[in-house]
Amino acid sequence: MDPECSRLLPALCAALADPGQPVADDTCLEKLLDWFKSVTEAGSSLQLLRDSPCLVELLLQVPQAPGLSPRVLAFALRLAGLLAAQEACFQFLQQGELLSGLFGEAGPLGGAAWMAPTVRSGWIQGLRSLAQHPRALPFLAELGALDTVVALQGDSSLFVASAAGQLLAHILGLALGGPAEGPPGPPACDWPASAQAVVGHLEEALSAATAPRATQALHVLTTTFGHCHRPWTQGLWARLSPLVARLLEKDPVPAAHPLVDLLLSVARSPALSSDRGWWEMAARALGSLRPAHAGPLALGLLTLQDCPQALSAQAFAVLLQPLACVLKAAAQAPAPPGWPAGPEGDAAAVATLLSSRSACVGLLCQTLAHLELLQPLPQRPAPWPQAPLLGAVLTVLRFCNGSAVPAPGSDLGGHLCAVLAGCARVQRAALGLLGALYEDAGPPELVTQVFAVLLDYLRSPDSSPTVLKKAFQAALQWLLSAPTPPGGCAPDPPAQPFLGELLPVLQRRLCSPCWEVRDSSLEFLTQLAGHWAGQAGFRHALLASEVPELAWQLLQDPESYVRASAVTAVGQLASRGLHATPAGPECPGGPQKGVLPELLGVLAADPEGFPRRAAMQVFARWLRDGHAEAADAERFVARVLQAAGRDLDWEVRAQGLELGRAFLERALGRPGPPCPDAAAAPEPAAPAAQALRAACRVGLPEFALRALFDCDRPVARAACALLLLLRDQAAPGLSLPEAGPAVAALEAALQRWRAGEQAQPPGPLEPEAVLAVLRSLDLEGLRGALAESSDHVERNPQSLLQDMLATAGLRGDNEADCY
Amino acid sequence: MKLYCLSGHPTLPCNVLKFKSTTIMLDCGLDMTSTLNFLPLPLVQSPRLSNLPGWSLKDGNVFLDKTELIDLSTVDVILISNYHCMMALPYITEHTGFTGTVYATEPTVQIGRLLMEELVNFIERVPKAQSASVWKNKDVQRLLPSPLKDAVEVSTWRRCYSLQEVNSALSKIQLVGYSQKIELFGAVQVTPLSSGYALGSSNWIIQSHYEKVSYVSGSSLLTTHPQPMDQASLKNSDVLVLTGLTQIPTANPDGMVGEFFSSLALTVRNGGNVLVPCYPSGVIYDLLECLYQYIDSAGLSSIPFYFISPVANSSLEFSQIFAEWLCHNKQAKVYLPEPPFPHAELIQTNKLKHYPSIHGDFSNDFRQPCVVFTGHPSLRFGDVVHFMELWGKSSLNTVIFTEPDFSYLEALAPYQPLAMKCIYCPIDTRLNFIQVSKLLKEVQPLHVVCPEQYTQPPPAQAHRMDLMIDCQPPPMSYRRAEVLALPFKRRYEKIEIMPELADSLVPMEIKPGISLATVSAVLHTKDNKHVLQPPPRPAPPAGGKKRKRVNDDIPDCKVLKPLLSGSIPVEQFVQTLEKHGFSDIKVEDTSKGHIVLLQEAETLIQIEEDSTHIICDNDEMLRVRLRDLVLKFLQKF
Repeated sequence: MDPECSRLLPALCAALADPGQPVADDTCLEKLLDWFKSVTEAGSSLQLLRDSPCLVELLLQVPQAPGLSPRVLAFALRLAGLLAAQEACFQFLQQGELLSGLFGEAGPLGGAAWMAPTVRSGWIQGLRSLAQHPRALPFLAELGALDTVVALQGDSSLFVASAAGQLLAHILGLALGGPAEGPPGPPACDWPASAQAVVGHLEEALSAATAPRATQALHVLTTTFGHCHRPWTQGLWARLSPLVARLLEKDPVPAAHPLVDLLLSVARSPALSSDRGWWEMAARALGSLRPAHAGPLALGLLTLQDCPQALSAQAFAVLLQPLACVLKAAAQAPAPPGWPAGPEGDAAAVATLLSSRSACVGLLCQTLAHLELLQPLPQRPAPWPQAPLLGAVLTVLRFCNGSAVPAPGSDLGGHLCAVLAGCARVQRAALGLLGALYEDAGPPELVTQVFAVLLDYLRSPDSSPTVLKKAFQAALQWLLSAPTPPGGCAPDPPAQPFLGELLPVLQRRLCSPCWEVRDSSLEFLTQLAGHWAGQAGFRHALLASEVPELAWQLLQDPESYVRASAVTAVGQLASRGLHATPAGPECPGGPQKGVLPELLGVLAADPEGFPRRAAMQVFARWLRDGHAEAADAERFVARVLQAAGRDLDWEVRAQGLELGRAFLERALGRPGPPCPDAAAAPEPAAPAAQALRAACRVGLPEFALRALFDCDRPVARAACALLLLLRDQAAPGLSLPEAGPAVAALEAALQRWRAGEQAQPPGPLEPEAVLAVLRSLDLEGLRGALAESSDHVERNPQSLLQDMLATAGLRGDNEADCY
Repeated sequence: MKLYCLSGHPTLPCNVLKFKSTTIMLDCGLDMTSTLNFLPLPLVQSPRLSNLPGWSLKDGNVFLDKTELIDLSTVDVILISNYHCMMALPYITEHTGFTGTVYATEPTVQIGRLLMEELVNFIERVPKAQSASVWKNKDVQRLLPSPLKDAVEVSTWRRCYSLQEVNSALSKIQLVGYSQKIELFGAVQVTPLSSGYALGSSNWIIQSHYEKVSYVSGSSLLTTHPQPMDQASLKNSDVLVLTGLTQIPTANPDGMVGEFFSSLALTVRNGGNVLVPCYPSGVIYDLLECLYQYIDSAGLSSIPFYFISPVANSSLEFSQIFAEWLCHNKQAKVYLPEPPFPHAELIQTNKLKHYPSIHGDFSNDFRQPCVVFTGHPSLRFGDVVHFMELWGKSSLNTVIFTEPDFSYLEALAPYQPLAMKCIYCPIDTRLNFIQVSKLLKEVQPLHVVCPEQYTQPPPAQAHRMDLMIDCQPPPMSYRRAEVLALPFKRRYEKIEIMPELADSLVPMEIKPGISLATVSAVLHTKDNKHVLQPPPRPAPPAGGKKRKRVNDDIPDCKVLKPLLSGSIPVEQFVQTLEKHGFSDIKVEDTSKGHIVLLQEAETLIQIEEDSTHIICDNDEMLRVRLRDLVLKFLQKF
């Protein structure tokens, strides 16, 4: 601890122990604890106490001080725990009965302060920190803390209840803790008393008739097995698993959700998962849990690396059960080939569930989301029933838009019709899964159906904007996966007719009065153009449609998000030669000016940040890809930097620096990968001096130097990096030139920029002047300073202690202020 | 209580309710789908239409058969729920001997008048040189091509009414305000409630002291321009008659508005014209409002919007003055002060122009591409006919159907072949089935009565079990020309008691909280109100013929025997009998009570819950003795 802190600490401790003083806020106390934690981790707590006796004094005073704020009380408890985590310090504090005074009956435990949840939480956290060494166990036993902790599991404050559960798990771990390897610990009868006591509580709770008690015990066990994989956990599981199994025999299974968590936590524990009995219990649980809870368990089991084949098949059948019901309701036929057979009883349970609206929607959404998670995993069930799954998802989607015809005489079908029609939640979930299923494609007739259903959704005026966005995403994924013949002129059917029908739909969606729809349509167009621009058929269809022109018109949209997406889309189309041009025979009523002036206009004049940022991104990509609009790179970059330099949005300025960097790299002969459609070949490598001159011509140094003193740190950091690159590349060995009038003027401008003024340097900068300034600046030092977080000055402990003392001392001033 | 169902059209209802000696007609909608069987009436001579081959009848004679379900001259009042449901009013008030009153809100009357005037104007300005009615003969009709051949009851088809008849019909309307209570002959009270569908649209409550019938017709829960629907007042109904749900339950109005504007923008951008066949009031206000918000963002500021109707000006201006009938937001604007609807601004900025017809100013201002709102949605008459003829040949143009009342394919039939694009975005803001089921859960009527179309899924979507009313008990359905006996019995009637009579009563408490008193009074009934008045005092005996005659009128007031109450405890009764010297008493239990058998006296005493009989052989002394013993156990008052 530095001397200044040692000097400030006694005053602070005195202020904290004084009930009359205003208390620093929770954040300060939390920071103070963090600091103490780092101090005790770095050295001996005992030494800390000896150096700062005021801390002991504080801990002694706290239990006795009446009217002390609960926050300070909680702080003292947690501090004591932190200090007592080291055995030597524990002994030192215990000699003075200080710990018993704080955590025992004499402390807040018995008093009025206990009513405050903060104090209860501090008490638990203190004990949690303290219980790090074997001596802590007798101490806890002596205090009788265990009963209190058990009772606190049912506390009205969720934080306290959860912390109590974790403390119990921690005590259990400490009591039974043995070597990481070796035999599975002592037999249960030889467990230490505290372990016996905790396990006794757990047993009692698990056998209790009430679900909340069982839930508490299950939480403790989940934490224990989740964090500790030592051999003794096997003994614990062996002792408690019969009780857990008994929970599964009840109908309905109580505390089903935490029970699933426990089973999965056991499954993931390397010490326990080899237990055969456990796999049997998991199989039983799959059978006895309600579908809403069996689903998460099934998913958890399927994501395990070493799940036995039979169990994994059962889990998959459980997971697919709701979809099986949907298929059955629509077709009345036996399950399609490749569909895992599920037990009939479950099907009935799911059928009853599906007949209620909220349960049905919840269960279907859960199932669809689970399958979406499972689909990309390597350990997903094999063979993966792609075709029936696709069929099921399509059926769900058809039920949702009212086009599914239920099987004749199927009650469930009628119910599904009524419940799912227009249900956006299920639509989103189903479209999400449909999008994820693209990888494995499927039989061509099903793929045709996929495109047909997607088209229905994209066309339907009833699709909500969020559903439409999902439909666009799914359509894009399926289109990208559609095989294209080697000639590359058009995608194979069925994607080709889909593309043909898609453009009129897109056209209409781009005219939607709902801005979210216009926005996602533009995003879709951007991605579509990015992928298909090379296909002649697509190019022809797109250019024949009004889509490019509509995208162009949306640059004037009243909604800034739409304008931003329109900028991106137009940039993408332009870079692929697909934009609406005035000369183009395809677009007679096309725009009157080019893309670059239009986007520069957006950059210069748009009142919102998003479109301007989008424009900068387009420019940077054009430059990197060597696009035609950026063929005259110097003129292009100069114009963009000129517009971006005055921008109020820091991201635009930062992207200006990105553009500058791309330009510099290009000038230095390190261009990025050229675009296949590049109109201009990259310039030949130029010597560094030429690059510097080019940079000066476009005004890059001026832009970067001004940005160096930007009040937004990311901009300043990027500018610093760019200038370092420029200096290191352009003048590695040049000697310092003489200071001329140009250098003096530039330095004067720098001074003013540093002071935050909006000054202009006199005329364009000369390369020599730039170099001189670059050398005179301590760029490395600046980089270091900028790398520090902005609060690094305020974050040191000294400042914290001063702040807290200042708060404590404020009382008098405040009184004077009030009248 | 009976309901006579005169219309089979669920959104254009016409029902007659007989309730407590009143005859109330609920709405009189005019089903105009039959106009689809006729050729359009062109404003400008159309060679195409006039050159169509005529159909001539060889021979035959005409007869009209009338199937009258109810004599409409007996209808006491007509309650109108919205302006679309009053279009048949002149036929009823002017041709049936109707002498009652019509009740409707002010906006309903004013806008209904506009709709009628527009209709009359559309028809009368294109007079037909000749009219044919011989074809209505069933034998002739049989020979006609489909769909005329299959049209039902063509004999009931009528010519359009005249402006004079409209005025006369409207003069019989009495204006009412929401929640205003109107007494009908003292028997029932009717109250209009806001239904949220259109300006001044109402649901009606028809109630007596102990019964309540709610009539829900054309209601909406969406936030559009009218005042929101009043649901709370519909609670505790014995019967809820539910009509006028959305005609397109699968189309969500929001989605349709989106579709409308997308299609409009696409067409106009391509240099095409957009034609919107519509009524001059209603959804057009909302469309214009959406247009106002959308016009600039879609780059449509330079496109002219035309609204052509004989009543266009009145409709736009009327909408701005009915502030108290509008939703809260629009009401608040009036106090700023601003016009509640933004179409005022569209007109000011010359973006929206309105004309009474295509003749006159319009032809000078007409500029293309443009958007035209005009009637009639059936495409059979009105200015729309001209635009269909004008624009139908170009595929650049689009006709967008927003009114759900007519099948757009049938409406387009006489214009085929047609090159212009057709978009169908029916916007119907009336309740859909999900909203109905929520409403019924909330309101909880004892019985629901609705058209039979609502009790089964639409025929085209037989699997959509969600597209029907689902409630418990299942709704009673009606079809055209059916008479329903409504499923509840009237049990109580309210009777007032005069203060002096009430004062004379002497209640006796027979149970804690329940007191009884006997009343002797005269029941006086007038105007369906019942009053108990004190009986006239017997006149002092005096001579003279005149007096005597008066005495004759006074009803006899006999001295009444006291009323008995209470029950007889059998065991105690037997003990009392024994005390009074009866022996050999046997008691038998029966299903209704007990029989006490006095074997010696050969006498039976039957004691039941509501009667006691003493059966003995002509021994009046014994009977009186026994009677007195029985009476000891009963209370008298």
